[in-house]
Amino acid sequence: MEFTLTNFLLFMVNCILTNNFIFSRYLGCCPFLGVSSKVETAAGMGIAVTFVMGIASLFTYMVYHYILVPLGLEYLITISFILVIAALVQFVEMFMKKGMPALYNALGIYLPLITTNCAVLGAAILNIDNQYNMLWSVLNGVFGALGFLLAIVLMAGVRERLETSNIPKSFKGFPISLIIAGLMSVAFLGFAGLGGM
Amino acid sequence: MNLRLSTGPHYLHRESTQTLMLDVIIALVPTTAAGIYLFGSKAAWVLAVAVASAVICEYIFQKLAKRPVRIMDLSAVVTGLILGLNLPAEAPLWLPAVGSAFAIIIVKELFGGIGHNFLNPALLARGVLLASWPARMSVYFMPTRVLGITSAVPAGPDAVSSATALLRPQGYEVYDLLMGNIPGTIGEVCKIAILIGFLYMLFVGTIKWHIPVIFVGTVALMTWLLGGDPLKAVLSGGLLFGAVFMATDYVTNPMLTIGQIIFAVGCGILVTVIRMTKAYPEGVTYAILLMNIATPLIDKMTSRRVYGTVKKHA
Amino acid sequence: MPEKKTSLRGVFVNGILNENPTFRLVLGVCPTLAATTSATNGLGMGLAATFVLVGSNAVISMLRNLIPDKVRIPAFIVVISTFVTIVQMLIQAFVPALYDALGLFIPLIVVNCIILARAEAFAAKNPVIPSAVDGLGMGLGFTAALLLIGSIREILGSGTIFGNAVFGPSFEPMLLVIMAPGGFIVFGLVLGIINAIVNRASARKGAKA
Repeated sequence: MEFTLTNFLLFMVNCILTNNFIFSRYLGCCPFLGVSSKVETAAGMGIAVTFVMGIASLFTYMVYHYILVPLGLEYLITISFILVIAALVQFVEMFMKKGMPALYNALGIYLPLITTNCAVLGAAILNIDNQYNMLWSVLNGVFGALGFLLAIVLMAGVRERLETSNIPKSFKGFPISLIIAGLMSVAFLGFAGLGGM
Repeated sequence: MNLRLSTGPHYLHRESTQTLMLDVIIALVPTTAAGIYLFGSKAAWVLAVAVASAVICEYIFQKLAKRPVRIMDLSAVVTGLILGLNLPAEAPLWLPAVGSAFAIIIVKELFGGIGHNFLNPALLARGVLLASWPARMSVYFMPTRVLGITSAVPAGPDAVSSATALLRPQGYEVYDLLMGNIPGTIGEVCKIAILIGFLYMLFVGTIKWHIPVIFVGTVALMTWLLGGDPLKAVLSGGLLFGAVFMATDYVTNPMLTIGQIIFAVGCGILVTVIRMTKAYPEGVTYAILLMNIATPLIDKMTSRRVYGTVKKHA
Repeated sequence: MPEKKTSLRGVFVNGILNENPTFRLVLGVCPTLAATTSATNGLGMGLAATFVLVGSNAVISMLRNLIPDKVRIPAFIVVISTFVTIVQMLIQAFVPALYDALGLFIPLIVVNCIILARAEAFAAKNPVIPSAVDGLGMGLGFTAALLLIGSIREILGSGTIFGNAVFGPSFEPMLLVIMAPGGFIVFGLVLGIINAIVNRASARKGAKA
């Protein structure tokens, strides 16, 4: 795919809205449901994921094309990617703690949770499956994560508002959160024609 | 009988909801009448089933959940009626029945009933029906009768028009767009009737002018900027009906006027964008739903605490 | 409360009922949503995850005294992803239709929290046989949940079950149910209804005691 402004904008709309990681691809649902009771924490989680997903897309791209392909070890993609992501998260955490203590204080608690966020591994594998080059891979990671950020912040806004609602006891917690996500996903169907991909 | 005078202190809340809903129903009378006149008895059946299903589902759910039964607050009637008006007249009767059940049980009552739904129930149900049965929902029919003196030819009930007035508004005269001599859903076609309802609600104070006027104004402005005909853009599709009766739902739009302005502008932009993509015959449903979702955040941003002053994390 | 010394049967039943990973612990939400567009897909994903669970639980239990505590999580991940790679190859070779239907979500079994959670909570502390049985119970519990949700979605959204028509030709399936929003809504409703049943049962038990 050639890099032009039109392609860039279409790709952005497509990743963030049309094929939203949560509402249309079901990637990253555990943190989406687990860390969305407050808008501020949801935003923190979303930003941390954006950061990690961008870097992870770059590193997994390099690992695949510069190590696995030359050695003919493509079948090790799953095992190598998950290790790269786990190591990367550790590294980002250490680096942030030393170099950016303010950012670490804000986002640090979310970092360990990101290793098992399937959105990160999902984006890395999608990059390979879709044969994106390095630039589109990183953009896919960043925009995909921004879509996750949008979804989790909207979710948290609604959940904060529903705190005082008389939801039936059996539906409190996960069931109602899933239903909220489903109803939001219906609204996101409105973006189906955008993105043109 | 005048329900509005019976202000019992014990049921203050219920009575005020009921009064409000009664005003909305009165405002919907011209649209309902025009829809039934234009589309015939089929339209009346669709509306009746939509209302009946909404009321029955609300009654059953409240009984099962051991909550006080509040069908007399008329909110279920309004939801059913608005959903019915959003359907094509040729819809099979199970469509309004399923739609109203979804609106009442899943969108409204599961979240704690009136005042707690974060989305407009009738609109969400329309979105669900549109995604589930696109062939039933996005084929529009020409009215079987005409209103006023016009050059438009009334079509028989078999005439199917998948190209709505929206897709080729230049094919219709402004007069026909206003009167409702165009294909569309039961409630959206007759703009004159919608405007009468709008003026009534403004007059009795049910709604304020901001949301409908800014919403429609944004669509007109954006269409004009993009080189379209703003008047026909406003008069076609479900824009006026959505702006007057659905975007103004108290529960699902922002509390403060400034928030409502953001909401209305957002709706207008989204409608224009979704119309442009042509993935759907109309963008009003999804535009309002998307802004419903954003409403809690708009409220948060426009409230007294300045957004961005994040509390320190523990 | 159940007996202190858990029998193998107790371990097995625990995963299917009391601690059903999907309905009671609500783990592994993404595959539950993505792989339940039909009963076949749900069954396939459930069995694939069961295979990985039994294998990784058994191996991790074997190695539990060899793995240093500090690197146990990366070590667990290596074991789990090895089994995921094996199952991915098996599905690709023998059931290519399922491979295409589940796509991305087969490699993503690696990050299914159920598997790491059982490794950490059970296999790292128990002998091989009970660990494998725990994996089997949890896996079948997960499979049963996916099969249930997959069947509901397939019946309503396609009008079929395992590809066979259930209704007459006049039935018009509710497409939304097999689309993205349908997954969230059906899972939410099923979860809420199961909670209601469990709550009612425990209230009755409480009233008797």
